[in-house]
Amino acid sequence: MKQRQILFVLVALALALFAAGCKKKVPAPPPPPPPPVATPTPAPKPAVQLSVEPSAIERGQSAMLSWKVSDATDISIAPGIGAVDARGSRSVSPADTTTYTLTAKGPGGEEAATATLTVTLPPAPVATPTPMPSLSELLAAEVQDAYFDYDKENVRTDASAALTKDAAALKQIFIELPNATVVVEGHCDERGSAEYNLGLGDRRATSAKEFLVSLGVPADKLKTISYGKERPQCTEAAEDCWQKNRRAHFSAGQ
Amino acid sequence: MNKKTVWIGLVLLAGALVVAAQQSEVLIKITKNEAVVIAVPDLHGSGDAQQYMGAFNQTLWDDLENSGLFKLVPKSLYPLDTPQQPADFRLPIQRPPERRGAPPPPPVYQGPWLTQWSDPPVSATYLTFGYTGIESGQIVLRGWLFNVKQPDAAHAQLFGKVYLAPAGEDGARKVAHEFAADILGQFGGVSLAESHIYFVSSRKPGTKEIWRMDSDGSNPKQLTFYKSISMTPAVSPDGRLLAFSSFAKGNPGIFVHSLETGRRLPFYNDVSSLTTTPEFTPDGKRVLFASSVAGWAQIFIANVDGTGMHRVNYSRSIEVEPKVNPKTGADMVFVSGRSGLPQIYRMTLEGTDPQRLSSGEGEAVNPAWHPDGQHIAFAWTRGFAPGNYNIFVMDVATRKFNQLTYGAGRNENPSWAPDGRHIVFSSTRSGSAEIWTMLADGTQLKQLTTEGRNTAPVWGK
Repeated sequence: MKQRQILFVLVALALALFAAGCKKKVPAPPPPPPPPVATPTPAPKPAVQLSVEPSAIERGQSAMLSWKVSDATDISIAPGIGAVDARGSRSVSPADTTTYTLTAKGPGGEEAATATLTVTLPPAPVATPTPMPSLSELLAAEVQDAYFDYDKENVRTDASAALTKDAAALKQIFIELPNATVVVEGHCDERGSAEYNLGLGDRRATSAKEFLVSLGVPADKLKTISYGKERPQCTEAAEDCWQKNRRAHFSAGQ
Repeated sequence: MNKKTVWIGLVLLAGALVVAAQQSEVLIKITKNEAVVIAVPDLHGSGDAQQYMGAFNQTLWDDLENSGLFKLVPKSLYPLDTPQQPADFRLPIQRPPERRGAPPPPPVYQGPWLTQWSDPPVSATYLTFGYTGIESGQIVLRGWLFNVKQPDAAHAQLFGKVYLAPAGEDGARKVAHEFAADILGQFGGVSLAESHIYFVSSRKPGTKEIWRMDSDGSNPKQLTFYKSISMTPAVSPDGRLLAFSSFAKGNPGIFVHSLETGRRLPFYNDVSSLTTTPEFTPDGKRVLFASSVAGWAQIFIANVDGTGMHRVNYSRSIEVEPKVNPKTGADMVFVSGRSGLPQIYRMTLEGTDPQRLSSGEGEAVNPAWHPDGQHIAFAWTRGFAPGNYNIFVMDVATRKFNQLTYGAGRNENPSWAPDGRHIVFSSTRSGSAEIWTMLADGTQLKQLTTEGRNTAPVWGK
């Protein structure tokens, strides 16, 4: 019973508010029309139209700027175009977004119109320009290993040919990368003792370095290190593998 | 006698010496066949001590057996009644023969007696016995060594001693090592229980670190953590310094660590592409090593901090691995390529009087002095293809040698135990490079490592 009463009151309240709201929106009577003013006919103001089609381009493309002016004697478009005829069009290719303003002066006064041409940057090209190869890549591509006989550090004929090519490549590399240093690594096969091989690898590195220096490679650009048999290129117990490990190898210095 | 005759005589003499040197004979006598026969029955522990007796009995047995000094009688032959202390011995009742001339009847044992151990089937000369207990947190061992060939218990005792260590398995092993050391001492033996083997281990690809373990291969411990290539370990005679060469700072250089703190100590490496194979002098005050500071690897000597470095000798060849005579401190053996493939040479510490010790055949490397300063062990490819090294022992005065291993993989880097009877070396005979020990006659081979590749062992304190 009580609930129903409350509901009734709420509905009545809502209706009352609705009725009050409606009352405010009753339209006011229209004002009387203004009295006609009799004036002499003056010279008309210039009429101007300016448009650009399309209104957006990528940098490097062009758009057509068109205009149409009447009742004017002195017409110019800025920026960069200057005085123009009453009707015309011009191809434009600005580097950046530009708002063109046409100003027209005539006996009836002055009038202006604007048109904006939006210029966007073209998307970055997909292919990046080729970077400079790193020293490690240059060494891997252009400087080959020199190989040695068992327990020997003398530069044999094939190693001499390899090192002669290496000398030319290294000289070029040091011109391109004047701060580079190169490490001449001496390596041995697994058969000798670990201790003696440190000494032998050291001699192989020195021997290869001295050969390169004799061909004009700057000595202060070449460091030597012996890895003995600690860093084998190949781990099978067979002569072709051992031969691969008896080498002077070139790596990037710090 | 004219000069020519003398010359021919010398040539003949030299020839005779060469022939003698070719003969293989045992140079280090390991008299195992005529070894002392000893019975080592298990000891018992009273109360809480019994739980540690497995570790104790195994340690005691291993130390005595590994010494190579004894023939240990198998436990299955022992009498059931084992003495635990001298008072347990009971004189047996010896009855007279039943009739004159008849053999005496077997004695009637009242308790343990000497003849139970000296007669067949045990047939031992010596007997160890004793017992352990826990007293105020300590494991207490009372141990005795008896000569059971003596007529009575009063004369049989060689020694009886009390040993103490904190209660626990480690303590039980410690008292067992000490008891074994005293037993070995009775026969002129040197206990290896306190010695260590230092070695190079490659357990992570591309890295080599220095490790240490007990002489039986237990308790391996990593000593260096450079994540680089560290190799050629050497230990000072007092066991306080470890020297090795490492690529950790770029070109191989010498590093010295304190074995007490584990810390790196300063060592001045001269600017050189290579500094390697360090070795301490017997007084522990200087280090010999190979350095290419003069252009290629040559022998140098310096203080243990690398200062005062000077060149020992001058040759056109690669020279590495200087090892100073531990007895004289005045001469060294080393490896040189002066006659072609690497060979073992000897010279004074001043670099004078160089002589080649190995014959020139194959490659001879890794020399190591016997504690007596008269013998060396080394690795040699004599009779095998390059790379297939075997362990040899040579008398440096006569240059007589004998071969201890025969073509089972690569066998390298021998190093003598302080007892002068054992050699540790690396071998690939199990399929990968591992550390092995053997007696100096090539017997009693024992593999100590199984994890990773392990090389270049050095037996030290």
